[in-house]
Amino acid sequence: MTKNIMIVGVGGQGSLLASKLLGRLLVDEGYDVKVSEVHGMSQRGGSVVTYVRFGDKVYSPVIEDGEADFIVSFEKIEAARYVRNLKKDGRIIVNTQQIDPMPVIIGSAVYPSDIITEMKAKGINVDDIDALALANEAGSSKACNIVLMGRLAKYFDMPKEKWIAAIEKCVKPQFIEINKKAFELGYNS
Amino acid sequence: MKELLIGNAAVARGLYEAGCAVISSYPGTPSTEITEFFAKNDDAYCEWAPNEKVAMEAAFGSALRGKRSACCMKHVGLNVAADPLFTMSYTGVNAGIVICVADDPGMHSSQNEQDSRHYAIASKIPMLEPSDSQEALDFAKLAYEISEQFDTPVLLKMCTRVAHSQSIVEIGERKEVTKEYTKNPHKYIMTPGNAIQRHPFVEERTKKLTEYAETSPVNRIEDGDDSHDFGIITSSTSYQYVKEAFGDSVAVLKLGMINPLPVKLIKDFAAKVGKVYVIEELDPIVETHCRNIGVDVIGKDKFSILGEFSQKSIEQAFDMADKTVFALDTDIPVRPPMMCSGCPHRGMYYVLAKNKITVLGDIGCYTLGAAPPLNALDMTLCMGASVSGIHGFNKAGGEETENKTVCVIGDSTFMHSGVTGLINIAYNQSNSTVIILDNSITGMTGHQQNPTTGYSIKGDPAGKVNLEDLCHSIGINSVRVVDPYNLEECERVVKEELSKNEPSVIISRRPCVLLKYVKPKKPLWVNPDKCRGCKKCMKFGCPSISFRDGHAVVDDTLCVGCGVCAQLCPFDAFESEVPVND
Repeated sequence: MTKNIMIVGVGGQGSLLASKLLGRLLVDEGYDVKVSEVHGMSQRGGSVVTYVRFGDKVYSPVIEDGEADFIVSFEKIEAARYVRNLKKDGRIIVNTQQIDPMPVIIGSAVYPSDIITEMKAKGINVDDIDALALANEAGSSKACNIVLMGRLAKYFDMPKEKWIAAIEKCVKPQFIEINKKAFELGYNS
Repeated sequence: MKELLIGNAAVARGLYEAGCAVISSYPGTPSTEITEFFAKNDDAYCEWAPNEKVAMEAAFGSALRGKRSACCMKHVGLNVAADPLFTMSYTGVNAGIVICVADDPGMHSSQNEQDSRHYAIASKIPMLEPSDSQEALDFAKLAYEISEQFDTPVLLKMCTRVAHSQSIVEIGERKEVTKEYTKNPHKYIMTPGNAIQRHPFVEERTKKLTEYAETSPVNRIEDGDDSHDFGIITSSTSYQYVKEAFGDSVAVLKLGMINPLPVKLIKDFAAKVGKVYVIEELDPIVETHCRNIGVDVIGKDKFSILGEFSQKSIEQAFDMADKTVFALDTDIPVRPPMMCSGCPHRGMYYVLAKNKITVLGDIGCYTLGAAPPLNALDMTLCMGASVSGIHGFNKAGGEETENKTVCVIGDSTFMHSGVTGLINIAYNQSNSTVIILDNSITGMTGHQQNPTTGYSIKGDPAGKVNLEDLCHSIGINSVRVVDPYNLEECERVVKEELSKNEPSVIISRRPCVLLKYVKPKKPLWVNPDKCRGCKKCMKFGCPSISFRDGHAVVDDTLCVGCGVCAQLCPFDAFESEVPVND
């Protein structure tokens, strides 16, 4: 059975490392894996999405409406934008960080004030987490991505050590300690 | 050894394993990473050329000399390289040539949605089309075999989803290939007298390639389980969507070679399955071929001619059960891409927008200047069209447009095809003002070196085109350099150059803030006692500045301290020293 994970956020937030970590972990576990992301224009501060699919045999590289087992969102309204991709019994992990898109900055649109409450009211399984605060606690605001991966790992039937091993393979040596700490903080949140 | 690779990296690996010795390319999403990954090999030559035509001709030269070569480009790049493409079909090759072209259905990062398969048909060059990373690697290697066996360049067609999706591939060994160079005027000098002899060869070659396509393992039939009264012909990423939706239940003719297409294989498949659907993104190429050979199929009547497909496109077309979808009541604001915090293009655009100047634009990060709040652009067509276009615009508009129109073009795009337009301006003397937005890198495609940067693809020192000298030597007398972080200087120089009665070039020079050697300055902050909430800084469209509780605030995680906002504020509210709280 193929499992589907989406990572969504704002171009430049570091979703690439998160998908690299997942890819490494799942290949090491012996799964067939497909990871799909779009490069180019959207990386300039636009809305970005990465699809990670794994199982015995994976065909399509993309995840469609109602298909994601997990969505990991690096930003609040990006979670809302992609929640239609979530399976009925899926789970969405949301970093509560707010990053204003240009229409909000210039006043032509309003940033929704309570999107998390609305999602919960709709019966969606939402894990809201202040990943930025935990990343800062770990030693770098850039470690948000790994905090969120730590939170995701809680729902995987896979020893924590394997995630740590994958972090060590994917991160530059000087950042391993910060990222391991960020992972633990996310895992224990 | 097994690795998880994006399709483009797998192509690079396949080219490498096949002994490709020279790659010349111009960057373009979604093709760029092929050349970037190939450049990591130390035992093969790799370069960024000024444009795709130059790249393809360099690859031709390498193959002529006897070394396997390749060039890589996005779909619109093949338009630029179409001239050598059509005649290389006649000359054929000595060592093999692979031309990698990446289409962008859905236009994630492109100005049109053209289908490169038309080029294969028009130029009579075989085309392979992989559907995942393993095929990307295998087909790159096979392409060289076909190239040398049939004496032809071979097109390897990628699309965004295959180019940028990672899947597992098996890595192999490299094999060196060298062919003898011997002078052969009848084959390589395409004068009319020689070319007329080569055309029959091309037609004969297509017949042989069609025979090859009938039995090649890249075109294969996968049997279904009798639960459907139809079969599907498909290729590329559409194959993956078909398999996702149907699993192994439906009979599929999976095409890996898209030109020339087989005849007997398709007829046999149709005879076996009865009703046939053709599922292909963009234009009805396979569908039209099927009709031409007398096989009735259902294609674009059921599947869109627009954009990308997914498993959902297939499921909807075949009325398979819809999945439950969560819908929210709140409107979610769109998040379009934008110029980065501290982007040097923004200052120049602010000046142009403020002075209500007509701006003919070009292809690159700076196309984002078209978006609100700057709304600075009037036109964007293709690489180099800003410079050629302003000449025509001013020839038509005369005095009514000359003093209030500029064109903007990046350093890499200017090298690609802007310089020829500037030669036209100098030669045919239009009173045009050309602004080169020189951020010392090819930005949008992810930081590739170009002839103006002084570095090669591997980051080694290389030749460097001096833009000022180049413009002077073309015959432009008035060439000025400004710093786009200095709004007063930009405004003054733009006005001066527009008022002159001769062609002029303004080089707006400052390196891209994302370059590693550009060190960010300390973030600014807004002193709330000074800010009166006039929102003048908001007209600048900097992603670091937002408006909260009646005054502007700066996001100190994004701000790079460029200081342009401070030049806009009438109350000096932007300050560089953040007060220490204790």
